[in-house]
Amino acid sequence: MTLIELARETRHVEGDMSSLAIKGNGLRSKLLWTAVIALGAVSFGIVALSRGESVNAAWLVIASVCIYFIAYRFYALFIAEKVLGVDPERQTPAYQHNDGLDYVPTNRYVLFGHHFAAIAGAGPLVGPVLAAQMGYLPGTLWILAGVVFAGAVQDLTVLFLSTRRDGRSLGDMVRSEMGPVAGGIALVGVLLIMVILLAVLALVVVKALVGSPWGTFTVFCTIPIAMLMGVYARFIRIGRIAEMSVIGIVLLLAALIYGRTVSENPAIATWFDLRGETLALIIIGYGFVASVLPVWLLLAPRDYLSTFLKVGTMALLAVGIILVQPELKMPAVTRFIDGTGPVWSGSLFPFLFITIACGSVSGFHSLIASGTTPKMIENENQLRLIGYGAMLTESFVAIMAMIGATVIEPGIYFAINSPGALIGTTAAQAAQVITGWGFTVTPDMLSQIAQDVGEKTLLSRTGGAPTLAVGMAHILSGMFGGRVLMGLWYHFAILFEALFILTTVDAGTRVARFMIQDMVGSVVPSFRKTESWGNNLVGSALAVGAWGYFLYQGVIDPMGGINTLWPLFGISNQMLAGIALILCTVVLFKMKRQRYAWVTIVPTFWLLVCTLTAGWQKIFSAEPTIGFVAHARVFGDAAAAGKILAPAKTMAEMNRVIVNDYVDATLSALFVMVVLAMIIYGVIAIRRALGDPTITAIEIGLPATIPGAKLA
Amino acid sequence: MPDIMTMKEWTIRTARLMVGIPDYQTYVEHRRQTHPDAPIMSYEEFFVERQNARYAVGKGRFRGCC
Repeated sequence: MTLIELARETRHVEGDMSSLAIKGNGLRSKLLWTAVIALGAVSFGIVALSRGESVNAAWLVIASVCIYFIAYRFYALFIAEKVLGVDPERQTPAYQHNDGLDYVPTNRYVLFGHHFAAIAGAGPLVGPVLAAQMGYLPGTLWILAGVVFAGAVQDLTVLFLSTRRDGRSLGDMVRSEMGPVAGGIALVGVLLIMVILLAVLALVVVKALVGSPWGTFTVFCTIPIAMLMGVYARFIRIGRIAEMSVIGIVLLLAALIYGRTVSENPAIATWFDLRGETLALIIIGYGFVASVLPVWLLLAPRDYLSTFLKVGTMALLAVGIILVQPELKMPAVTRFIDGTGPVWSGSLFPFLFITIACGSVSGFHSLIASGTTPKMIENENQLRLIGYGAMLTESFVAIMAMIGATVIEPGIYFAINSPGALIGTTAAQAAQVITGWGFTVTPDMLSQIAQDVGEKTLLSRTGGAPTLAVGMAHILSGMFGGRVLMGLWYHFAILFEALFILTTVDAGTRVARFMIQDMVGSVVPSFRKTESWGNNLVGSALAVGAWGYFLYQGVIDPMGGINTLWPLFGISNQMLAGIALILCTVVLFKMKRQRYAWVTIVPTFWLLVCTLTAGWQKIFSAEPTIGFVAHARVFGDAAAAGKILAPAKTMAEMNRVIVNDYVDATLSALFVMVVLAMIIYGVIAIRRALGDPTITAIEIGLPATIPGAKLA
Repeated sequence: MPDIMTMKEWTIRTARLMVGIPDYQTYVEHRRQTHPDAPIMSYEEFFVERQNARYAVGKGRFRGCC
């Protein structure tokens, strides 16, 4: 400790905002922070304690923002300065390896934007929408507590570790700090999460586009538009990103507006009025073709378009919520906290903590935080802004999604999100069932909202995207356009989600292909050559086949697929967060900073408890709606008795349902085993670190102030 | 790099880095200072190189998030 204190004394801190914040304990600053805390407490009280009457969304926004500021000012500063011991004197990889390309010292605000754009995606938009079935309060509490104590801590710590190791990837760091076997297990975990992530995201798109000619036409149009942009920026006006993006956005808006004409013309509309199975096969085929095309043609231009649209729309939604200040119609807590909800099965613990993954804590971010960002950090004292701050911003996106889902009438929310097997297929049936649950809704309200947004029906449009689109249309049309433009806003929201999900599907398939090639390549070395066309095709087919299998299974699932797949995705994502936090804990022990290790141990413990309980229940629960084995048994018994249960129509389909259940159970078991193995390796590494009196963390680069670090 | 940038400059740089294209001027200055004899890529070459690098399939390059 004395060395570290000494080091702190000798620092030059001119212009360093975080140090100024510590030292600037003037009266004004104290008053300011007292006011922020008071405002946060009051708004939070209004949000949490209101019963019966609806609450204005503005209170939720104010409460969250106050919590973010307090967490950033106090807890994040504590983690950066005390727990990690960031060293402003230490040269970052951006300076050490400066090449003007990958390693470039970059202004912190510019880098913040880069990092935020890299971590933000569909996850924080979908999870809270699904969690809203329990009311706005349980999900909101987990989003806020999760981000402050788990998600942002993980992002900041991994970013710190990677910055001290030349921007190495998570897998590399696990290998060097915890041994090659642990590294291998972590990579298997990453591959599994990729497969499930791609399947569930593709399913969100399929669910949003089923029977929607307007949406399908618009989303299909993005492919030729992106190709046109790709050719423009690569051959006609090389590298003119702004020109190309303007062309793309104008064409996209034209496709969006023209989509209504298409949907109103029955002859053309039938071409885009597709069933789920057809859409799934189209997306699978598309994923394969897209992943073998050159990147500049489709992936890169669409990535540009989706990035700008994503950031722009999120900003627009924030402005919309602040200006419109909608009322939250959903009760704070609904009766479904007992686990009988229609949107997803399972009780509040552990499944709420699985359902909202991104937005509170996302393992995927540990891959991004150990990617390109650490290679551009100017100074270690900026890690807090970029690692912790960007994650807080992402969490705010999740809060906006929660607002989007809860400003809709609860009855309409449940009509959109409940599977057809529960609420039937007509507005009259659905209204009756949902009113029976205690959420009053009339068939007229259901037809009216579908007509307002320009769809035939909104019943059972599970997956979160349509709900969020209705919520966004509600908020944004309150700002401009009113009811007349609601259909346009709805399809704009669908387009915006589909666009960046398809980009993820494309890029993720490439990553999965590389990982498969790398793993198979360790047995068959010739398979490793990523430039070979044969390997490329086989690898892509394997990657697409893996997620395509789960996608198709989800589409034909009578419970809507999201019901089965989203918890699996949540478990895998939290599992990866668990792995990342175990690594962080191990390294803190190896750095001899174990007195602060509770900062990562507490969230690790919580995530492991949640993932292991959820994984266990998914396999062994006696409730067929939760446990895969119990579900398989119900179908197995029926099959043995010669009966056929819906959705299966033939005995062969019955058998397929049973096989799918066992595949899902095996996958859950794999997740549980990966987690258990990582815990064992973590404990071994910590014991070894405690037994060694020296610092054993393997950092790269010269430590400016802390002697004794072993150099590798 | 100066810490204070105009709003316009900040927006442009951030938007470009969001899609993986770092500042070209910074690259040119870096090459001039550290490798004065070596050739410097034109903006077009720089763009193509960065675009390929962003999507190069490899470890530690995860694109797209949940």
